[in-house]
Amino acid sequence: MAIVGSGPAGLAAALEATNAGAKVLLIDENANVGGQLLKQTHKFFGSSKRYAGIRGIDIGNKMLQELDKNHVEISLTSIVFQIFGKELLILKNEKIQRVKTKKIIYSCGASEKVINFPGWTLPGVMGAGGAQTLVNVHRVSPGNRILMIGSGNVGLVVSYQLIQAGADVVAVIEALPKIGGYGVHASKICRAGVPILTSHKIKEAYGNGKVEAATIVALDKKWQPILNTERTLKVDVICLAVGLKPKIELPLMSGCKTVHSPTLGGRVPIHDENMETTEKGIYVAGDIAGVEEVDTAIEEGRLAGIASAEKLGYISEDKAKDLKIEVRKILGDLRSGPFGEHRERAKKQLIQIGKSSRQRLL
Amino acid sequence: MSKSLAKTGIPSIEELEKSPGFPSKERMMNRPVAVIECIQKIPCDPCQLVCPFGAIKVNILIALPELNEEICTGCGSCIAYCPGLAIFVVDYTFSEDNVLISFPYEYLPLPEVGSIVDATDRMCKVITKGKIVKVLERKSFDHTAVISIAVPKNFIYEVRGITISKGEGCI
Repeated sequence: MAIVGSGPAGLAAALEATNAGAKVLLIDENANVGGQLLKQTHKFFGSSKRYAGIRGIDIGNKMLQELDKNHVEISLTSIVFQIFGKELLILKNEKIQRVKTKKIIYSCGASEKVINFPGWTLPGVMGAGGAQTLVNVHRVSPGNRILMIGSGNVGLVVSYQLIQAGADVVAVIEALPKIGGYGVHASKICRAGVPILTSHKIKEAYGNGKVEAATIVALDKKWQPILNTERTLKVDVICLAVGLKPKIELPLMSGCKTVHSPTLGGRVPIHDENMETTEKGIYVAGDIAGVEEVDTAIEEGRLAGIASAEKLGYISEDKAKDLKIEVRKILGDLRSGPFGEHRERAKKQLIQIGKSSRQRLL
Repeated sequence: MSKSLAKTGIPSIEELEKSPGFPSKERMMNRPVAVIECIQKIPCDPCQLVCPFGAIKVNILIALPELNEEICTGCGSCIAYCPGLAIFVVDYTFSEDNVLISFPYEYLPLPEVGSIVDATDRMCKVITKGKIVKVLERKSFDHTAVISIAVPKNFIYEVRGITISKGEGCI
């Protein structure tokens, strides 16, 4: 089988599939295995039964070490650019390879969303994920005085890491009346002196050829700017942490049906309880199947790995059933509580659609 | 909701006192004890496993950590293990005038033992001076240092860190 994308979902899928004895080709367009995990220098939440308490970057390396090297081939700096059924065309080192597979798992992740405002095209306005790559992978701080837009976990975590790198995060602003991410992440940056301004938005960015300042404004309950609440901040970077959207190009190319789910980040491939899409033998896992957290991506990857290995005959139906029950139990736990319930509901809906669309196909 | 964790990022004393990980006032003004400032139900449980005395319970993955303040010795094993950096230890018995407050710290450079530094509250406001008593780094802490600072006893509820800002500061 081919797994496209070696982030947490792809690695977990590869782990389960190779453990079962399946032959896996793990493909990634980047030079290293791990996807977004490679930039996550903070310790992770989740269950101690899995990877809780471990820094994201170490989770990726740990999973890579756990992979049975006899059953997996890893192809890096490789771009999947065309698919015919289960046959992939891969561009690597300026050469095209044709790979025939029996199952495909797409674990391609998500890309950053942006918002527009006057001045948003100035150099210095960037995605928070981009800023995180600069600071944690390339070890270059994007600037000295940073305004973070968006208080989800990405905005909070990247703010923390920018402070650790020596930058000043001048403020985190959030249009909603409450902070989107976990309170403990927020408290951490508050203790470092960063004010989090809820019910605030950016009005404009200014600068001569690059960002030099930004004006922010308070919002009322109807999302309207409140008169005379503008503040102009001297900043050289504006980071956008305003959400992610699933990277569904390859599933679309494969003919997978999609639905729009605002909760899950936009258009997502329809999938069933085994992560199988509307195209038989093609699976999705992780952010591509709906933007969530790393811990849920890992469990979805496991599920896809188990289900596809079962279909290939490497796991008995009974054993697969037990394995899947365990993974689904953890997924349910991870999607409970005030930060997970809405995702649990959206995922259930998606799976319901997946089941019924398959029935129609049958 | 005007001064809540969800609104500002800073938990209020009222929110903390209502949570099961926050010790009683009587207990805090006694021997050393852990102060768990984790008041939102998120899927997380390492604190439960790391406590050598079984003083922290997380009943289900999503439950808030419950501190058994009688069993807790304030040993501080949990401080560096909380992925949310949300556990502190206070020792009211440290000296006649001072309480010792221990907190996780992930910035460089680390403060020097014996130095007098600005002690800050949950929003980084400097509220008093304090003396760095201990800087613990262990392999098992995985790059999270545990700093202990002695400050006047009346700041037991407020001091949760030290100044780290090196730049021009925030708004």
